[in-house]
Amino acid sequence: MTADLTSLTAAELAAAVAAGEVSATEVARAHLDKIAAVDGRVRAFLHVSADVALAAARAVDARRAAGEPLGPLAGVPVAVKDVYTTADMPTTCGSRILDGWLPPYESTVTRRLRGAGAIPLGKTNMDEFAMGSSTENSAFGPSRNPWDLARVPGGSSGGSSAAVAAFEAPLAIGTDTGGSIRQPAAVCGIVGAKPTYGGSSRYGVVAFASSLDTPGPLARTVLDAALLHEAMSGHDPCDSTSIDAPVPPVVAAARQADVAGLRVGVVTELGGEGYQPGVLSRFGEAVELLESLGAKVVEVSCPHFAYALPAYYLIAPSECSSNLARFDGMRYGLRAGDDGTRSAEEVMSLTRGEGFGAEVKRRIMLGTYALSSGYYDAYYGKAQQVRTLVIHDFEAAFEQADVLVSPATPTTAFRIGERADDPMAMYLADLCTIPSNLAGNAALSVPCGLAPDDGLPVGLQVMAPVLGDDRMYRVAAAVEAALVTRWGHPLLAQAPELTSAAAEARSASDD
Amino acid sequence: MTETTPRLAGFTDAVARYDPVIGLETHVELGTRSKMFCGCPAVFGAAPNTQVCPVCLGLPGSLPVTNAAAIEYTIRIGLALNCSIARWCRFARKNYFYPDMPKNFQISQYDEPLCTDGWLDVTVHAEDAPPRQVRVEIERVHLEEDTGKSQHVGGSTGRIHGAEYSLVDYNRAGIPLVEIVTKPVAGTGELAPEAARAYVTELRDLLRALGVSGVRMERGELRCDVNVSLSPKGSDRWGLRTETKNVNSLRSVERAVRYEIERQTAVLDAGQRVTQETRHFQEASGTTTAGRSKEEAQDYRYFPEPDLVPIAPAPEWVERLRASLPELPSARRARLQAQWQLSDLDMAALANAGALDLVAETVAAGATPADARKWWLGELRQRANTAGIELAELAVTPAQVARVSALVASGALNDKLARQVLDGVLAGEGSPDEVVAARGLAVVSDDAALLAAVDQAIADNPDVAGKIRSGKIAAVGVLVGAVIKATRGQADAARVRELILERLS
Repeated sequence: MTADLTSLTAAELAAAVAAGEVSATEVARAHLDKIAAVDGRVRAFLHVSADVALAAARAVDARRAAGEPLGPLAGVPVAVKDVYTTADMPTTCGSRILDGWLPPYESTVTRRLRGAGAIPLGKTNMDEFAMGSSTENSAFGPSRNPWDLARVPGGSSGGSSAAVAAFEAPLAIGTDTGGSIRQPAAVCGIVGAKPTYGGSSRYGVVAFASSLDTPGPLARTVLDAALLHEAMSGHDPCDSTSIDAPVPPVVAAARQADVAGLRVGVVTELGGEGYQPGVLSRFGEAVELLESLGAKVVEVSCPHFAYALPAYYLIAPSECSSNLARFDGMRYGLRAGDDGTRSAEEVMSLTRGEGFGAEVKRRIMLGTYALSSGYYDAYYGKAQQVRTLVIHDFEAAFEQADVLVSPATPTTAFRIGERADDPMAMYLADLCTIPSNLAGNAALSVPCGLAPDDGLPVGLQVMAPVLGDDRMYRVAAAVEAALVTRWGHPLLAQAPELTSAAAEARSASDD
Repeated sequence: MTETTPRLAGFTDAVARYDPVIGLETHVELGTRSKMFCGCPAVFGAAPNTQVCPVCLGLPGSLPVTNAAAIEYTIRIGLALNCSIARWCRFARKNYFYPDMPKNFQISQYDEPLCTDGWLDVTVHAEDAPPRQVRVEIERVHLEEDTGKSQHVGGSTGRIHGAEYSLVDYNRAGIPLVEIVTKPVAGTGELAPEAARAYVTELRDLLRALGVSGVRMERGELRCDVNVSLSPKGSDRWGLRTETKNVNSLRSVERAVRYEIERQTAVLDAGQRVTQETRHFQEASGTTTAGRSKEEAQDYRYFPEPDLVPIAPAPEWVERLRASLPELPSARRARLQAQWQLSDLDMAALANAGALDLVAETVAAGATPADARKWWLGELRQRANTAGIELAELAVTPAQVARVSALVASGALNDKLARQVLDGVLAGEGSPDEVVAARGLAVVSDDAALLAAVDQAIADNPDVAGKIRSGKIAAVGVLVGAVIKATRGQADAARVRELILERLS
């Protein structure tokens, strides 16, 4: 059975471990072996912690042997974005400034996942401090898209999406500030969800933009994403913005997989000019599919979504300029220029100059400017007003529809380096995902096929109201089931075999 | 940094030509059990960096959670200062880089303070002038977190510039801090220094009565920034103000205001402009020195704290807090004054001597108000003055004073013996009763013992005895004196007089 373990879903693995058909240790070893075999090319992980994984797996096996109750994810490996603090693994956020930092405390989400029996495999690559859409902003080099190693896996949770798509882990956690889970999930052909803001705890998630950051799941199936979503979510008294309400019944919804009678709103403003034709054609087919499954499709207009991207690029940098102020070399992480002659102020400045990458510096400067005296009202203040208008757009749209749909991204995965020198082009990758971050509602991306023009995965975004997370799982599961039936296999079955010489050849020819 | 300081103007001359306008910003460390945004104990004096956690160290990923007790304390302060309480307000981030600030921003409040627009009436006492009431208007009361504490080692100034290295203790980081800001106070004239001191004193007493802070200035639990500007007499235009930071005793508040009035007058007299700047108070010399000027002022880039939810105190809760406020110092003073039947001047004298609480506690322990005042303002004040300390610092408790007073009232002691008992108590010999016993100071009330002394005195002074027998009662004093002397002061003079008169009648 061991040979097949990495191809199983999280639900299958949990069931097999619970039934004693396979040990958690075997599952962990299989995934560690897979990582060893393919991660040299995929580069999804910044840190692989075999010791931590095997110890956790042995603990699960011991519990099972002792007849103790097992958690819902007992024995299921999970890859952890390097933005979560972990007390037994370094946390770098893809930045030189935190290189080698071992946090003295554990994030709420990873603590819950460990409590549920999940096996942490290691920490995944990301754009530095979650700022980016490709992992190219990682100080430790980009991760690769398993569909085409010359292309980006999306970002900022690109290490997590690549790990799942490359079958290095059945599950991964990421964070979504402007699309950082949905966009990499879409371009890697997997499922990624941004829960309702406040539905999953930010405690121990190194902050990029506090009012937007949302921890969430990545998986190969909708049900697996729902299982992870449920295990990682729920009220946390350590996060003041955490919602004190029951987790929406996402697992039940994923099993329900039924859209009959559901009103599905197609957002007029998220499509058309500037979108890759192959993305739009697959999206159009997905809408037709939903209609054929019994959904009522309506068109809704969200006129202020056009201003969401610029508003986001004022709010997120403003918050990040303050959140990242703490990285000054005084207490932890990198310290530069401390030669005994320089002042604390100079050392802070040198540390930040050396420790942060270009994109992080760009956003800190943008945010510092936007919050400056005399500019605050025109920039940060105005952006907050736009945010309110976007919320109103969603409220009006959800009067007419139970869920909203759009392409998850305007294009499929782009080539590494293609947008690295053009921040504006890079920012457009999050065009469809940003509105839900501003409004705080739930949204996910589910694969809806390969774009006919380049053969790369396209994601369907499903958006649900605040605390209506279960609705998007119902819709996504229905789409997934129908497409798998139509294709006769999951989308990822079409991905190239990473361990084969073919992948090498394909990669080489693309470079 | 050098500064051409003109010679100071004389204070009397200064206030004859300029009207000082003062303003005070007071920081109060709240006495909550835990810190503002985490569960660490809010304690003073622990070993450095032992009362810390990921939150108050601002570690990456950590998040603040508001301490509800600190909100309640702040609202109580606002209510006691007659402020309006916000129905909805937010914390804000104040961004600036400094090593003692773990996150390089301070969670504070900016344009949405919890409490606004209040007032505090204070009585200004000055020598040679009747007490004067001044209403100090309160602009705002807001809540924030304290920073860590830096210690700059090496260098001459104790400031970061020139130091060889600096140590930072984060135990204080995150302790809840309330900032109370007055509106500008004009019209106090030559009483401005005393008015500033009176305000801080009254505020301290109020905060103590509320039980929200230890308010010990020597521990930094109450810290003042003093703003001073001058306007020429008769002009309604205020000058540029200076803000003197960290003035940390009542006496220093008064001195800082006085010094700034004298300094600014000299600057204006020299035809220069007062620079709007931050200044530092020099405890040793009682002077202020220039700090940061307005031109160098930082842009704090305030914005609403996204990690915290807004504060929306329920109006019913605020009303419950209002109803549960303790008796405040001004009301208490009025009540005590009426109960003790004191004139304004007598009351002022008590307050000035710092004897109000001591007298009240002595009365509470059983003494009459008159006796309590007599001991504290008489004998004990004299001893405090001699020792150069405050009354409250004397090694005698109100309960002990009440006991001495009771012993006198019962006739067990006379005033002279009572003073000796106090000597013993102050010398650490124990309670009044223990001193009486140890020193053998009880009044001799055994008539048999006294009669022997009386008979001896009559026998020793036949002339005097004769005069008394013939009706010259006034002469009895000589015999009483003789008996007191013979009993080494331990006889009750009134009883002795009775016994002599009985014997000679």
